Amino acid sequence: MLKTFSLGGIHPAENKLSAGKKIVILPIPEQVSVPLAQHIGAPAEALVNKGDVVKVGQLIAASAGFVSSNIHSPVSGKVLKIDDVVDASGYKHRAIIIKTEGDEWDESIDRSPELIQHINTVPHQIVEKLKEAGIVGLGGAAFPSHVKLSLPPGKICDILVINGVECEPYLTSDHQLMMEKSEEIVVGIRILMKALKVEKAVIGIENNKLDAIEKMTALLAEHPEIRVQALKVQYPQGGEKQLIDACIGRQIPSGKLPIEVGAVVQNVGTAFAVYEAVQKNKPLFERVVTVTGKSVKNPSNFLARIGTPMSFLIDAAGGLPTDTSKIIGGGPMMGKALQSAEVPITKGSSGILIMPEELANRKPMQNCIRCAKCVSVCPMGLSPYLLMLATSKTIWDRAEEEKIMDCIECGSCNFTCPSSRPLLDYIRLGKGKVGQIMRSRTK
Amino acid sequence: MNTLTISPSPHVHSGDSVKKNMYWVIIALLPALAASFFYFGIGAIIVTLTAVLSCVIFEFLISKYILKTEPTIGDGSAALTGLLLAFNLPTYLPIWIIIIGSLVAIGIAKMSFGGLGNNPFNPALVGRVFLLISFPVQMTMWPTPILSRFHYFGLTPEIIDATTGATPLAIMKEGVSSGIAHAELMHRLPSLTELFMGIKGGSAGESAAAALLLGVAILLYKRVITWHIPVSVVGSIIVFTGLLHLYDVESYAGPAFHLLTGGVMLGAFFMATDYVTSPMAPKGMIIFGVGVGVITILIRVFGSFPEGISFAILIMNGFTPLIDKYIRPKRFGEVNKPIKA
Repeated sequence: MLKTFSLGGIHPAENKLSAGKKIVILPIPEQVSVPLAQHIGAPAEALVNKGDVVKVGQLIAASAGFVSSNIHSPVSGKVLKIDDVVDASGYKHRAIIIKTEGDEWDESIDRSPELIQHINTVPHQIVEKLKEAGIVGLGGAAFPSHVKLSLPPGKICDILVINGVECEPYLTSDHQLMMEKSEEIVVGIRILMKALKVEKAVIGIENNKLDAIEKMTALLAEHPEIRVQALKVQYPQGGEKQLIDACIGRQIPSGKLPIEVGAVVQNVGTAFAVYEAVQKNKPLFERVVTVTGKSVKNPSNFLARIGTPMSFLIDAAGGLPTDTSKIIGGGPMMGKALQSAEVPITKGSSGILIMPEELANRKPMQNCIRCAKCVSVCPMGLSPYLLMLATSKTIWDRAEEEKIMDCIECGSCNFTCPSSRPLLDYIRLGKGKVGQIMRSRTK
Repeated sequence: MNTLTISPSPHVHSGDSVKKNMYWVIIALLPALAASFFYFGIGAIIVTLTAVLSCVIFEFLISKYILKTEPTIGDGSAALTGLLLAFNLPTYLPIWIIIIGSLVAIGIAKMSFGGLGNNPFNPALVGRVFLLISFPVQMTMWPTPILSRFHYFGLTPEIIDATTGATPLAIMKEGVSSGIAHAELMHRLPSLTELFMGIKGGSAGESAAAALLLGVAILLYKRVITWHIPVSVVGSIIVFTGLLHLYDVESYAGPAFHLLTGGVMLGAFFMATDYVTSPMAPKGMIIFGVGVGVITILIRVFGSFPEGISFAILIMNGFTPLIDKYIRPKRFGEVNKPIKA
């Protein structure tokens, strides 16, 4: 039986144009710029200076706090400068710019293709290793993995949930990774289970990836503690709360984390990175990125070094189409529109989506006709129309009462609104304000 | 390279629009329009055209010359109001009365509140009720279906010589209050099959339940409406009239009679489901629907009007803001299952 989450959800056109395309190893660009803030939490602190010579995988910026992450050099070469560059956020942030010379890897990295099944690292060492290797969640949010694995005192985790949903339309990087690196992913999952000291794990995969479901199921025959849960195709199933609800039927209460219901969620891409870090001693400096779009000549899945400019990936996929009107970092539902193709890819970049003119603009807004479609699709059971109204009238206490902070910003309301109202834009605005008010209260 | 567009996510849209929803409702009403043309002849078409045209023209004039905004007649909502109004009128109604009804529906009930989306009450019903109160004689002269068309179904009509007659509900109401014997009353009323096919006196749109149900299938299939409101209206009518019928078979008609007469089909599926004037949360919709059903039967059985669904919907429209305030959708994470150890 196919499962799915209990409330709301939409069915955007899948448009998985790059599905089944083999992961191509992208050439190394002449120059990379590695942002210091690639993850949720404090930006890392640069450890190198202008003129320093670095190797692939060398630590170049150190974690600056508990919620932060190490950053390693994706290329070998010379540090040109440490400067502010425009990143995917549209703002200037610190980045280390490195001029590539050759491709010399740090000696400690095991580059052999051999699969290492046996895990001889103890739990606390695993967490330490992931912290060292700069592993963050590769599903998009880039939350440092070692933080997720360090359970708060008194909390018990009894199941690891692996996210193989990839519910964003167009994106195929996780799907392709599951097809090509399934064995490594399984080892990665076992490492995560060991670190969490849990007995079971479940991999949630949507039913539009039957080949991945089959492949993983076959592979897991010898690991009965890990099961594959086939899920009905429905957006936003990859949301942490929705995924846990869909896979194991537990709902996280408002304002709480997955650990509240005894679960920890990790992405399949993260599981692969965990394998590489623990078994191969390879830090996170490259990832799979989908480059796609209706007018893109060769929609592809690339294995690219962090810091590679997006334009370099777009060129590799056949160049920027002439009708390009919008470049999105990520998928069409939650991705960010970029102001330039020169921004570097980061640990959280799952895809680059290029939208032609006719798909780039929103339709003009009309009056709300109270059709209740936004209410019926909201996966959190909120009333988007009301949250927009409360925000536009600055009635913050009502917005808080209507649980505006529960919004996961999936965009289902905007997607479905027949009047093309910018519901989520207003809700984001309201969340910012209400969040500020709530924080000032606890001070 | 072109200038890049920057906008917040999401970057895709379902393609749904106000226009699409309105036109699907209009399309769903076409079978009933065809049926009413079949039964009532050219009168049905004249009433419908007058109402639709005058609603569209009034909306255009008001938005252009009074509100001075871009006219929104293209979205189909004015045409839909006209169509629904026409479906609530007898097909013999003089044109000037229809025009007054359209002006009240569009001018007072819709545009004076700020146009589509802002009206608290269903415009077509406001127009209808205004006419019912202002022109009670003309508004209750219901035409009987064209007699020659009866032979098509091989059925024999009860009322042969009249061109206008009472609706089944009016016959029922009068019969019960003047103490006519049950058997005699049953004889005067059309059979359930006749009611289902629309062979009875009544307004243009309420006649053929069969044709309306075809439209309902379209709306449900296209997901223009959800089941909540219609099912709760119909369900509450079945339960309420069923209980009354069981209590006293002689004085109270059964659920099937109540469902197939008057505007219940039209009201439950096309008027109570009006987006603007009904609640937003599923539970709220059910409360709204039950309210409509119960008030309809209260008016029909204990009130002075033979028909009650228009009033019932308008009354519940008035409760909609209150329902929305207190009935919230089911939130994620409210029912938290404990972890099995």
